[in-house]
Amino acid sequence: MSISIEFNDVSKKFQNTSEYAVDHISFSVTHGELITILGSSGCGKTTLLKMINRLYEPDSGVIRFFGEDISRNDPVEFRRKIGYVIQQVGLFPHMTIEKNIATVPRILKWDKDKIRSRTDELLILVGLDPEEYRKRYPSQLSGGQQQRVGLARALAADPELMLLDEPFGAIDAITRLKLQDELLKIHQASRKTFLFVTHDINEAFKLGSRVLIMDSGKIQQFDTPRNIVTNPANAFVESLIDSVRQQELLWKETTS
Amino acid sequence: MMEKIMEYFMNNMDSYLLAVRQHIWVSLLSVACALLIGVPFGILSTKNDRAYQLVTSVFNTFRIVPSLAVLILLIPVMGTGVKPAVVALVLLAIPPILINTALAYRSVPDSVVESARGMGMSDGQLFWKVRIPLSLPFIFTGLKTAAVEVIASATLATYIGGGGLGTIIFTGLGLNRTDLLLIGGLSVAVLAILVSGILNLLDRRILRYTHLGTSQ
Repeated sequence: MSISIEFNDVSKKFQNTSEYAVDHISFSVTHGELITILGSSGCGKTTLLKMINRLYEPDSGVIRFFGEDISRNDPVEFRRKIGYVIQQVGLFPHMTIEKNIATVPRILKWDKDKIRSRTDELLILVGLDPEEYRKRYPSQLSGGQQQRVGLARALAADPELMLLDEPFGAIDAITRLKLQDELLKIHQASRKTFLFVTHDINEAFKLGSRVLIMDSGKIQQFDTPRNIVTNPANAFVESLIDSVRQQELLWKETTS
Repeated sequence: MMEKIMEYFMNNMDSYLLAVRQHIWVSLLSVACALLIGVPFGILSTKNDRAYQLVTSVFNTFRIVPSLAVLILLIPVMGTGVKPAVVALVLLAIPPILINTALAYRSVPDSVVESARGMGMSDGQLFWKVRIPLSLPFIFTGLKTAAVEVIASATLATYIGGGGLGTIIFTGLGLNRTDLLLIGGLSVAVLAILVSGILNLLDRRILRYTHLGTSQ
């Protein structure tokens, strides 16, 4: 199996701050994994993600994409090979669903028939009927449907890597569970690398083949959910797991 | 009264149409110039917070100056005729266009810009395919305000020799003839309503997505 993403001693500090947002981090991801990156806000998880598609540049260290140092590529062209989904979705309100999904294919100048069939295929993949939704505008969709389109748009050019920054963070609990299941299916069918940032520990443990736990810019633990639960690496990870146990206790108490 | 108005049209149709044409031409030219200046500078002003604040407050203050004052102030600088009239009208039309453009450009959601960049849009694509189309509705509002203001104020341009429908009104004032006042005044009003109607229609055509009902 090849390594799709590799961080080698990567750091990032923002102007006017004394702390590192990302503090000398190293890890690697095997192609085809779904990695969830878990941490509270301000822990550096989004910064880490945005350094991969170069919306941020690291201060030091090297990030490799299939062995290639990403800082050597043209960032704009490089981003077209990576799917990117954010919490606020960021659909283009002035374009139809069809046009939104076709953004990257159109930049890449695919021919019309190919774009058309790809758009339909993707709409079906994310559970939206093409006949009904193709010509709609984002404002005519619910939040959950918009994020489905966001997902389809990111998948359009069949990227080797998907970056998802709290994609379901603003979606109601029931829809979120459904979308999580569908994301798992999409990931399994695609066999691509997915990096999924979240602050929801249940989401992280449910989706991730491995979970990368971050706090104050550092990796606290990077392992499979099972190993993390049985073998928490430090006090921070333990307290994280405890928080879930306490919650579960509450559920049990109230149901019995 | 009706008879007098009919009589005017019977005898002066040519000069009436000339006045209308002049009025439209001066207004059109002024609004076009104002767009060419207001839109780029509106966008430029958003590049930096201080510039934006400065430009917005200066132009907002500028809007308070009565159009007649602007016209008359221009006489010593530019003399009389169509040219100073157009300059004055351009000055009048720039603020609504510029302020709306700047506001529109700033209110393009960050999330939309971020996802556009994240997908690999170049700066040019981001500008032409995202920022400009998303700014258009507000820019259009500015254009409508400017167009109506200019058509109304072009009446005053007669004062400094700019011609147009103001000629009929000022003649009416001079001769104390209500029929001429009515003809001139109503023509300007009809023209303004017509133009704003056309722009509204265009607005609905081009910017269809802003007129959809929101989520079901």
